Amino acid sequence: MAKSFRGGVHPDDRKRYTASKPIEIAPIPEKVIIPVRQHIGAPCSSTVKVGDLVKKGQVIAEAQAFVSSPIHASTSGKVVEIAEYPHPVFGTCLSVVIESDGQDEWVEGLPLQRDWKTLEITEIKEIIRQTGMVGMGGATFPTHVKMAPPAEKPIHTFILNGAECEPFLTADHRVMLEQSERVVTGVQIAMKVLGVTKGYIGIEENKPDAIAAMNKACSGITGLEVVALQTKYPQGAEKTLIGVICGTDVPTGGLPMDVGVVVQNVGTVVAIADAVEKGIPLIERVTTVTGGAVVNPKNLLLRIGTTFSQAAALCGGFTEVPAKVIMGGPMMGMAQRTLDVPIIKGTSGILALSQTDVNIGPERPCIRCGRCVDACPMGLIPSMLSIVGERGLFQVAKEEYDLLDCVECGSCVYVCPAKRNIVHYIKLSKAQNAAVAVKK
Amino acid sequence: MSAEAKIDVGTLTVSASPHIRCDESIGKIMWSVNGALAPAALFSVYQFGLPAITNMLICIIAAVATEYLILKWQEKPMVINDGSAFLTGLLLAMNIPATVPWYIPLVGSIAAIGIAKHTMGGLGYNIYNPALVGRAFLLASWPIAMTTWPSMASKLDGVTSATPLGILKLQGYDKLVQIFGDKSDLYTAMFFGTRSGSMGETSAVLLILGGIFLIYRGYINWQVPVFMIGTVGFLTFAFGGKAGLFTGDPILHMMSGGLILGAFYMATDMVTIPITIKGQILFAVGAGMLTVLIRLLGGYPEGVCYAILLMNCVTPLIDRVVKPVKYGARR
Repeated sequence: MAKSFRGGVHPDDRKRYTASKPIEIAPIPEKVIIPVRQHIGAPCSSTVKVGDLVKKGQVIAEAQAFVSSPIHASTSGKVVEIAEYPHPVFGTCLSVVIESDGQDEWVEGLPLQRDWKTLEITEIKEIIRQTGMVGMGGATFPTHVKMAPPAEKPIHTFILNGAECEPFLTADHRVMLEQSERVVTGVQIAMKVLGVTKGYIGIEENKPDAIAAMNKACSGITGLEVVALQTKYPQGAEKTLIGVICGTDVPTGGLPMDVGVVVQNVGTVVAIADAVEKGIPLIERVTTVTGGAVVNPKNLLLRIGTTFSQAAALCGGFTEVPAKVIMGGPMMGMAQRTLDVPIIKGTSGILALSQTDVNIGPERPCIRCGRCVDACPMGLIPSMLSIVGERGLFQVAKEEYDLLDCVECGSCVYVCPAKRNIVHYIKLSKAQNAAVAVKK
Repeated sequence: MSAEAKIDVGTLTVSASPHIRCDESIGKIMWSVNGALAPAALFSVYQFGLPAITNMLICIIAAVATEYLILKWQEKPMVINDGSAFLTGLLLAMNIPATVPWYIPLVGSIAAIGIAKHTMGGLGYNIYNPALVGRAFLLASWPIAMTTWPSMASKLDGVTSATPLGILKLQGYDKLVQIFGDKSDLYTAMFFGTRSGSMGETSAVLLILGGIFLIYRGYINWQVPVFMIGTVGFLTFAFGGKAGLFTGDPILHMMSGGLILGAFYMATDMVTIPITIKGQILFAVGAGMLTVLIRLLGGYPEGVCYAILLMNCVTPLIDRVVKPVKYGARR
């Protein structure tokens, strides 16, 4: 019996477009636009100047703070511009534009050969920091921070999030199928760094081939276990995943490490394996380019800094003018205003949704049908959060309706027959409360 | 990069996540409830003939027209096709005798939509079930017309008679059984609707079938009708008999006086009841208790309408007290 949680929704997963398509290596773009901020935390500052020649894997922006992560050139060539460019998350961001020389030459010393088993834990941590690892599921939290929990929070369990519960996305699915050994190596490295002996790989049941592949790759490794999860959104949200697999809830306002758990994304552990064994920094990633408006949806291995329009062109362009273009999945991804934004480390998918995909409809008053209450995996009352948020009662949202417990999974909006933009009001209320807190 | 690929994006919509939604809508829900009521409504036409049709048409047209005028006047988006005003009209028609003068359903519908629904802000903001407010308004204004029921057109033409609960209240249980023949004849008449009553309260079986359809579609929770009818059944069995405790006739009470109509179609009105299942169970039990209180001790032979309206008052309180169990507060 596959494990599950209370609440959630079950949208049509639409993974059929790309689930059976092997990862395709994209050609080197003529130009890459690399933002100096590709993670949650402090932005980096650029270490190159216009006119410099850079090599693949060379640091081009250095971290200034602990919660930050360096940025590397994703191909060799010449820095032709350092300027503000559109950014998929932050609106605009200072970006290093590199014109490719077509050689795709590695910086000196790369790639190398190392055995992770012989490395010290501190060495591995430093490698993870230097190679710019961030969470590749979309949240882009710097990995070296997550892998170094404070001593008073002992970690006993590692969970690999292979749920990929967002509809449309198949990048993690393909990686688990095609690179299952690499995934397991990454998990083993992560477990070594964290000093844990118990590891789980959670995969939704709609990917039986991935479950089989990972089971095969895990066989003979003690303490590592594949867990089949019921296909239900948001199965892959950190908190629900921990609740399902460990049977413990992360306390309100807490982090997974408060219950002794660290969760990592599939792409991230593969990148960790590459970084530790070959010294390769995070300069490319697997991205699913899909949606009802895409001619030929694909899973692409893309260089960081490739623009969305270049990625879309590799998939044959669009069948119609897309209603929305999203970075990430349709439930939690971010709507984009232009295709000129680059792929960053957290770009798990590019969705071009057709008019029939989106089904927006005019917003109506809440009819209190209670579907959002049934769907909320956090046990909140989303309808009230939207009502008090709409009326500007942000304080009430926080104090009476547990605003800060919302993980913004969007299940409530998905089921709402009144088409209310509940997550919008929740984000607004959170921002307003944060602004008030800053003023005080 | 292939240059011929079509990359035309025009103006992209930017909004907060999520970006896909299910195909459920207010209109779909409201029209489904209308559809679930249709068999019972058609049966009332068969039972009461032309007056039932006129009554229903006046109620529905007046309800929709009132909503239209108010929306127009307030310059709000025109949403009369969502089926909610239609539903209020239909429910009100089901709640009154078929043979009342034409102006009674008219006034009732205007009161339901104009007062109960739109003074509160329209669909979603109303505290009370509009159709029940309309009925309460009419019962207070025209008590005699509202409690004079026609016998079935298919049976005795033009003769009026009391409802089973009216007979029970005024003449006693033995008289009631005597009128219908015996107990099993009484139950059969109540179940299939071959007795006098409001248009929609007669046929228990068709109302229940419609209710099951709504439960199946997920538009109402089974807990509400089951707990409300169950509470009425238990309490009337315990306290409703003349011969002492636990001698009442629960089956008679459960199938009469609009309890089934109220429990399946009005106590379940999502706008006016608590939002959590636990809250809804509290609501249903409370409504059942008030119904029995009014029926056994109050001045009216039946009390479903007032019981639900009184519980509507308590809904915001229940919602404040009964909340879902939060993640992180479990185990």
